[in-house]
Amino acid sequence: MELSHEKMITMYRQMLRIRYFEDRVSKLFAEGVLPGFVHLYLGEEAVAVGVCSALNDDDYITSTHRGHGHIIAKGGKLDRAMAELYGKKTGYNKGKGGSMHMAHTELGILGANGIVGGGIPIATGAGLSAKMRGTKQVAVAFFGDGGSNQGTFHESINLASAFDLPVIYVCENNLYGVGTRQSKVRKVEHIADRAVGYAIPGVIVDGNDVLAVYRAANEAVERARRGEGPTLIECKTYRWHTHFEGEPDTYRTKEEVAEWKAKEPIGRFEVYLTTEKIATAQELESIRREVMDELEAAVKFAETSPEPELHEALEDVYA
Amino acid sequence: MMRELTYTQALGEALAEEMRRDERVFVMGLDVGPYGGAFGVTQGLYDMFPGRVLDMPISEAGYVGAAVGAALTGCRPVVELQYSDWITIASDQLVNQAANMRYMFGGTCSVPMVLRAPVGGYLSAAAQHSHMFESWFGFVPGLKVVLPATPYDAKGLLKAAIRDDNPVIFFEHKQLYKVKGPVPEEDYIVPLGKADIKRAGKDVTIVTYSYMVDFSLRAAEQLAIDGIDVEVVDLRTISPLDEETILESVRKTNRLVAVQETWRPFGVVAEVSAIVAEKAVDYLDAPIKRVASKFAPVPFSPNLERYVLPSVDDIVAAVKETVGS
Repeated sequence: MELSHEKMITMYRQMLRIRYFEDRVSKLFAEGVLPGFVHLYLGEEAVAVGVCSALNDDDYITSTHRGHGHIIAKGGKLDRAMAELYGKKTGYNKGKGGSMHMAHTELGILGANGIVGGGIPIATGAGLSAKMRGTKQVAVAFFGDGGSNQGTFHESINLASAFDLPVIYVCENNLYGVGTRQSKVRKVEHIADRAVGYAIPGVIVDGNDVLAVYRAANEAVERARRGEGPTLIECKTYRWHTHFEGEPDTYRTKEEVAEWKAKEPIGRFEVYLTTEKIATAQELESIRREVMDELEAAVKFAETSPEPELHEALEDVYA
Repeated sequence: MMRELTYTQALGEALAEEMRRDERVFVMGLDVGPYGGAFGVTQGLYDMFPGRVLDMPISEAGYVGAAVGAALTGCRPVVELQYSDWITIASDQLVNQAANMRYMFGGTCSVPMVLRAPVGGYLSAAAQHSHMFESWFGFVPGLKVVLPATPYDAKGLLKAAIRDDNPVIFFEHKQLYKVKGPVPEEDYIVPLGKADIKRAGKDVTIVTYSYMVDFSLRAAEQLAIDGIDVEVVDLRTISPLDEETILESVRKTNRLVAVQETWRPFGVVAEVSAIVAEKAVDYLDAPIKRVASKFAPVPFSPNLERYVLPSVDDIVAAVKETVGS
């Protein structure tokens, strides 16, 4: 598994696209521009990018309420994603899904999800479908530490394990379920240890190291494509912001946040790329500028896109 | 060619024919494999379609959710739930996921799955194996809800449900599985959303569905002796609901008795009554009557169960009150 330089540069760019997108979303939300509420992925970029870099275009993912990062990493365009957050007609879901339900089945994105643990059986079903149809596709279920306490987590992994389904269960352990520290509501230290109960591999990985995540995901994907069944990967990471934007940060210490920000994945990867002479500082700077331009265009696209028309509210209920 | 088949056989035949017709169709559920299904519906399918009849762990949220994911990605799963009462365990996957997906995703996907589930009481199975929750699901945009009353309808509606591109909940009544009736040999479907007049009459309309069609027809026979000519409308599908057939019948008979097995509040009979009150009140010669279960969980003891669930006599009494005799 030798990663080409080009692929690593793409991974860097993907992480930046998430970072800049989320930073802007945070500001737009604070300004009152975006309706509803948003859950940001800042600080967790290496997980989505590491995992999705191991996937093909026709593989599937299901996501969480913190889904923008997964959607961008799986090939989502910033302009259409941003337009969806604005509730515009040009958004991925015509403005009917918004932040928590963003989906695009053509990109294999089977939906972010407003129900914690709700996407895990759906990814399992996508894996079952791939097996039934005899394709080599795999499905990834992204979920958080909170989702790993849902019955759907256990039911899905049991099913996938019993049927050797090509599914990769990726737990993004960011320590908190909304405002509750997970160690208070879970005895087992590592969520990956739960894999033992289902006789599948359970892998713990540094979720802020994009290459480590990629390696773990790639191995799980290869195993799944060989018909050997699912893998549970626990990525240890941290969300910089609160559960949702605008929520007071009363449940974490400043020190803890600072400690995790120091382990941030993009700066770390930049150091790697330059020390290993994969890219120069100037090259990285020009990628940053390109991504910033892409983001500006995306915001402009969203702002100038038309609102959905009222009759559309009653469309797409039934096929 | 018309033959007599049981409701069970008619359903099994529908599954086999659709699996033969479309390789995307597969069957999953508890004991659906060699065991043949709790009520025998999937008997023989396991050998007929190797690899396409999957025994599931007892894990309703997991496997109903897996069906949603499979439907979303190019399969047409038919899931059997052993008893419909356990639909509560899988409800998130049906209500928040399957029903909303097409809409939330801006029309870019469809979820062509069928959930088959046995409903109904009259067998002393008590409160976790007897209930009917169809009203809950008829309430949800994005789902379709079907309750066939005869072997003919069971086969035709199941085939239509499998071919439908939406999530369909298909409730089969346990008391009907052994009932025999004419079923054509040739391929046919019964369209979803179209009610059927099971008995034509001119004095009073009974609107009902599922096992209560049988009760209503029996009541109609008794009432005929007294010279009351009852029309029995079988909804067959409660979502989409065939308002036109209901209204047409009431405009003809000028009287409505709405009958369901499950509880009265917020139910299908409430909806039917409201539609008639809104759209055909001028045609009514008497107040609308509803017949439904008393508001208690279904009890175990046979005499208590008979007391709580509606009876043929309850329907006869309601009709007589409506016609004022």
